[in-house]
Amino acid sequence: MKPFTNFSSRMVVLPVNNIDTDQIIPARFLKITTKEGLDKHLFQDWRYDESGQPKPDFVLNLPRARGCEILLAGDNFGCGSSREHAPWALTQFGFRAVISTSFADIFRGNSLKNSLLPITIPAEAHAELLAAVAKDPEAQVAVDLPAQKLTLPNGRAVEFPIDEFSKHCLIEGVDELGYILKREAAIREFEMRHDPGIDTLAG
Amino acid sequence: MTKPRTIIEKIWDAHVVNEQPGAPALLYIDLHLVHEVTSPQAFQGLRERGIKVRRPDLTVATADHSIPTTDRSLPILDNIGKFQLDELDRNCRDFGVRCYGIHSDKQGIVHVIGPELGLTQPGMTVVCGDSHTATHGAFGALAFGIGTSQVEHVLATQCLLQRKSKTFQVRVDGALKPGVTAKDIILGLIAKIGIGGGTGCVFEYTGSAIRALGMEQRMTVCNMSIEGGARAGLIAPDDLTFQYLHGRPHAPKGAAWESAVARWKQLATDAGASYDREVSIDADQLEPMITYGTNPGMGVAINAPLPDPSQIADPAQRESMIQALRYMDLEGGKPLLGRPVNVVFIGSCTNSRISDLRSAASILKGRKVNPNVRVMVVPGSQAVKREAEAEGLPEIFRAAGCDWREPGCSMCIAMNGDQLEPGQYSVSTSNRNFEGRQGKGGRTFLASPLTAAAAALTGVVTDVRTLL
Ligand code: SF4
Repeated sequence: MKPFTNFSSRMVVLPVNNIDTDQIIPARFLKITTKEGLDKHLFQDWRYDESGQPKPDFVLNLPRARGCEILLAGDNFGCGSSREHAPWALTQFGFRAVISTSFADIFRGNSLKNSLLPITIPAEAHAELLAAVAKDPEAQVAVDLPAQKLTLPNGRAVEFPIDEFSKHCLIEGVDELGYILKREAAIREFEMRHDPGIDTLAG
Repeated sequence: MTKPRTIIEKIWDAHVVNEQPGAPALLYIDLHLVHEVTSPQAFQGLRERGIKVRRPDLTVATADHSIPTTDRSLPILDNIGKFQLDELDRNCRDFGVRCYGIHSDKQGIVHVIGPELGLTQPGMTVVCGDSHTATHGAFGALAFGIGTSQVEHVLATQCLLQRKSKTFQVRVDGALKPGVTAKDIILGLIAKIGIGGGTGCVFEYTGSAIRALGMEQRMTVCNMSIEGGARAGLIAPDDLTFQYLHGRPHAPKGAAWESAVARWKQLATDAGASYDREVSIDADQLEPMITYGTNPGMGVAINAPLPDPSQIADPAQRESMIQALRYMDLEGGKPLLGRPVNVVFIGSCTNSRISDLRSAASILKGRKVNPNVRVMVVPGSQAVKREAEAEGLPEIFRAAGCDWREPGCSMCIAMNGDQLEPGQYSVSTSNRNFEGRQGKGGRTFLASPLTAAAAALTGVVTDVRTLL
């Protein structure tokens, strides 16, 4: 994983609550066996019309969406299925962070494993940010992960929570599997005293 | 004296391999279920690192999401889907993982076959790259969905880095009225707490109404825990659980069975244990439920009017209600009853087990489905299909005018060609009504198998109690 660095960016705004993973990437695009090419189908059914043409007024299709590294969304972002294709599609499009007031558990975990930062901010700051972007679509926010700070366009800094371990993994680009593999001795020792109880000889 | 613990904490404590300061616990996984959609990139990751599957004996794969539900002897026409299924076979062969693939007599929806084969047992940790893994919680297992990165972690190490969830007791007391089912309990819960209500929590379902449910009904309840935002939901095992498991292929046998049961009896939550959160539901008050909107929390009693957006004070909530009703082309303030439907889908890991099929058949028997409705009945597994055939259920369904199909996820997720056309309405026994979930532009009403069967007969949303 590439180390996560601080950045500033404009935002794509999608102020819908409960955006589920079926909207982020519909199931019919999950038949792939690699991770590539998902950005084309990010928000597919909101983004393209019946004939497959981009809807000109959908936020991701606006010229200004290009180069935006932050998605500003409504409450409970990423609910629904466990598909990691959702953060894959978002990062392939160019997003490095999603800002919301809350995230669904599995989506949040999947994002952290793909260098996509879920930034949870209080409802009032969220409302303030929405208002700021409504006034000036070019407004930028700054993300400072080590300080856990999101600086709003007016200069006000809002703190966001993240557990120490995930933060460390993001900043250092730690490979989680490599980290678990190093604990082989402990796993072996645990297996000696733990019987899962499945009759593995059965057909 | 040790501190009283909930079943959730007991299972957790028994599976912590170790904990290091500043890091999540390393949790051991007893059973890893694998399917074709969320595993290819994980197996590829193992190849790139040159590592093996650590415990192929604790790993079981099946094909369910993208397989056709038509005649299995015919070639698969969808090339991309076919490639994904072949990849699963190849990965399982290369890594020595047991695979109940498309031609296996044990094939089925991953959450149907785990319990059926006796793989899912009380006190276990169970994971799968699928959010409905909570289904296995019906056996008193801590079972939750994971993403593909974590699938790779478990394949490689049989472990996960995991943080302890909060405990959330969902207490359901009282007795269900005729026509009200396990599905209505869970839809009622989600309507009450909202789809984010259980975020960060594991549910423990308790109370007399839960105890009174059969194992398959308990699975229906636990299955949709994720729709309430919880990653897992479980029910402490009891004699019914042990009876269900006894003699299943992978369940312990002989002396091992006796000692397992003794161990399982220790799992129940201790008297005096406390939960981080609690909610209670009165089973006597529950009605058959149906969803009207675009998330599973948008549900109402079948006779009740839909919420009227103009009555909702919170602007964001009002806006999402307006959007949902617009997508569904419905009007707030009126009931759904009498609304015409195009398709009825009876299936999915929520409601495709033998008792679900029996329940639908009890309404359909000797009657004809409305000619305007396409009715699909999709058994959850080959074993369910065989059992249904032995009881003559397919004849009942076919005589009524339903389509009896091969096992798989089918129209629950619409990856295999079984799907709604844009604008069509379905009553479905599955678990998600998100926009486009059952086909682009499709509109889903979630309900129980009884309510689905009632709509099949009348062609409109119907209170099944008028047909009992
Ligand atoms: S039946 Fe539906 S919810 Fe269940 S595993 Fe299949 S796709 Fe997922």
